[in-house]
Amino acid sequence: MATLDAPRIVSSRRDMADSFTWVRYLETGGYNALRKALSMFPEDVAAQVDAASLLGRGGAGFPAGRKWSMLRRSAISYLVVNGDESEPATFKDHYLVERDPHQLVEGVIIAAYALQVTQAFIFLRGEFALGLERVQQALNDAYAHGALGSKIFGSDFSLDVVVHPGAGAYICGEETSLLESLEGKRGFPRIKPPFFPAVTGLYGEPTVVNNVETMSNLPWIINNGGAAFAALGAGRSTGTRLFALAGNVKNPGVFELEMVKNTFRDIIFDPALGGGLAEGRSLKAFIPGGVSAPWFGPDQLDTPLGQDEVGALGSMLGSGSIVVMDDASCVVRATWRITKFFSRESCGQCTPCREGSGWIERVMYRLEHGGGRMEDLDLLLDLCDNIAPGLSWPPQQTTICVLGPSIPSSVHSALSMFRDDFVAHVNHGGCPHA
Amino acid sequence: MSHFRTDIRQRAEELVALYPRKRSAMLPLLHLAQEHDGYLSDEGIAEVAALTDTTPADVRGTASFYDMFHLEPVGQYVVGVCTNIACLLAGGEELLEHASRTLDCAVGATSSDEMFTLEETECLADCNLAPCVQVNHRYVRTTTPASFDAMIADLRDGRLDHEVPSHGTLIRVKRQGGLRVAKDEIAAERAQALAARTARADAAAAAAAAQEKK
Repeated sequence: MATLDAPRIVSSRRDMADSFTWVRYLETGGYNALRKALSMFPEDVAAQVDAASLLGRGGAGFPAGRKWSMLRRSAISYLVVNGDESEPATFKDHYLVERDPHQLVEGVIIAAYALQVTQAFIFLRGEFALGLERVQQALNDAYAHGALGSKIFGSDFSLDVVVHPGAGAYICGEETSLLESLEGKRGFPRIKPPFFPAVTGLYGEPTVVNNVETMSNLPWIINNGGAAFAALGAGRSTGTRLFALAGNVKNPGVFELEMVKNTFRDIIFDPALGGGLAEGRSLKAFIPGGVSAPWFGPDQLDTPLGQDEVGALGSMLGSGSIVVMDDASCVVRATWRITKFFSRESCGQCTPCREGSGWIERVMYRLEHGGGRMEDLDLLLDLCDNIAPGLSWPPQQTTICVLGPSIPSSVHSALSMFRDDFVAHVNHGGCPHA
Repeated sequence: MSHFRTDIRQRAEELVALYPRKRSAMLPLLHLAQEHDGYLSDEGIAEVAALTDTTPADVRGTASFYDMFHLEPVGQYVVGVCTNIACLLAGGEELLEHASRTLDCAVGATSSDEMFTLEETECLADCNLAPCVQVNHRYVRTTTPASFDAMIADLRDGRLDHEVPSHGTLIRVKRQGGLRVAKDEIAAERAQALAARTARADAAAAAAAAQEKK
């Protein structure tokens, strides 16, 4: 049975049709947190976020408080919010920007105050046309009511926020690539070190980059205190988190669950959540945290939804997206499609990723569509090993960013778990399901 | 002489003013240019270059990196069907094939009446309603071949005009006013806040040291 008694922190307005409006937001406690934050010293606001132990909700799971403290000793120039949600089957930020844009905006203002930043950017993927409209409207409302602009709510703090549209590139979710894009260039990830935009960010100046969901947690944390947030969940995984459940389940969707207190079995099978698989179908495999993550099988169903719990089993909670594949789905086809995605989205800077992704995709294509050879199975592993030597987890990196080392995850998983399916494709001269 | 209509030109100038550096307005300006011409025409690219203090080659080189920008004319409606993992498991590939038959054009091509361009997209982040379809980057929430055909008929007859504007992601994104915080005010404010914070930190450290002495 799923544990569903935790408060809804970021999705409290999910059942309200007008959740995105200024009026509804105010009626449900909106902007109280900002008023409270403005009455505190900036470093005390930051201390609450530290106390919450809020892990970044973008995918890497880096503690938000630590990201902030790297900068606290020097002046910070910019706050940039990463809303370039493009990891396949991840759709939680989409929910937040369309359904609760004011919560995001309030979170951004609170973060900007803690960091004493006077200009912030919200980078949203260009495909979120409605999300862009709603966030802009939320900003317009905030300006009109004194929550943005000069002397916010009569305080000494001033802030401008600009919503910035992306234009269709998965790689721009990588934070240094996002900054390049925000500077008006191709979205090429920057060479590391420096590892953190906190050191060298937008226009070479110290910049904090945080995810949309991370920002959306801040109003609740300020209202209720960091300790209340940290009391939820367990271990390093505190608070609640939005999980995006997709694939072969009866009831796919975005669910806010307390960290660690539920398992993959709960979210996939509980009638209040995923509702299980279609009648007569059984679970073949599932991806626990976006297509960059290694796959899990039925044996891992009882793993708790926590960052370290999933990490200990050789995968990651990543972007919070869970993809369910039933026994009627073809894992070779699924793997081919995932590698096709990476091949399309590789920015092309680094040879292992640029060449490797296309090569793997072509091999996967012929396995699925006919023409695959038995030696292709070893060839795939060899190619994967060239991109991420040793095929370990977390992967070894041969490229500037982590897109490259994400390519082998699905190929290696599918081949290890379902080698017979690959062999059947070779023997059949293509997909036996087709 | 501006290539853009007066209203688009005005919005373009407002956009440039939102950023610390002009070039940062590149992507929104390209969206605007596309809204103006339906695609990125040579004239549109030249105007964006002038607005951002770059060259047309630089603008084209940047634009070609991004999937949403069209360097050649496209149909009035760009229909995107997702076939990525969640949609694949829900029949996205089959829906794309069906769309190709309905629109009588290949994936990536434009129909002969120049009304539709069909694209295979990567994940559109709406996976609970898979397979996902967007028209001009508006979700149209159609998942079956029958509802797809009905949606296309609606588009042809103009019944979806209110939901699916012609080109332009930003066409309804209207910012009221530019930046409000004066730059010199930013500098003064930040210096003041930092000084106050340093003073508080020093006071706390001194208090801690005094405590230790006792």
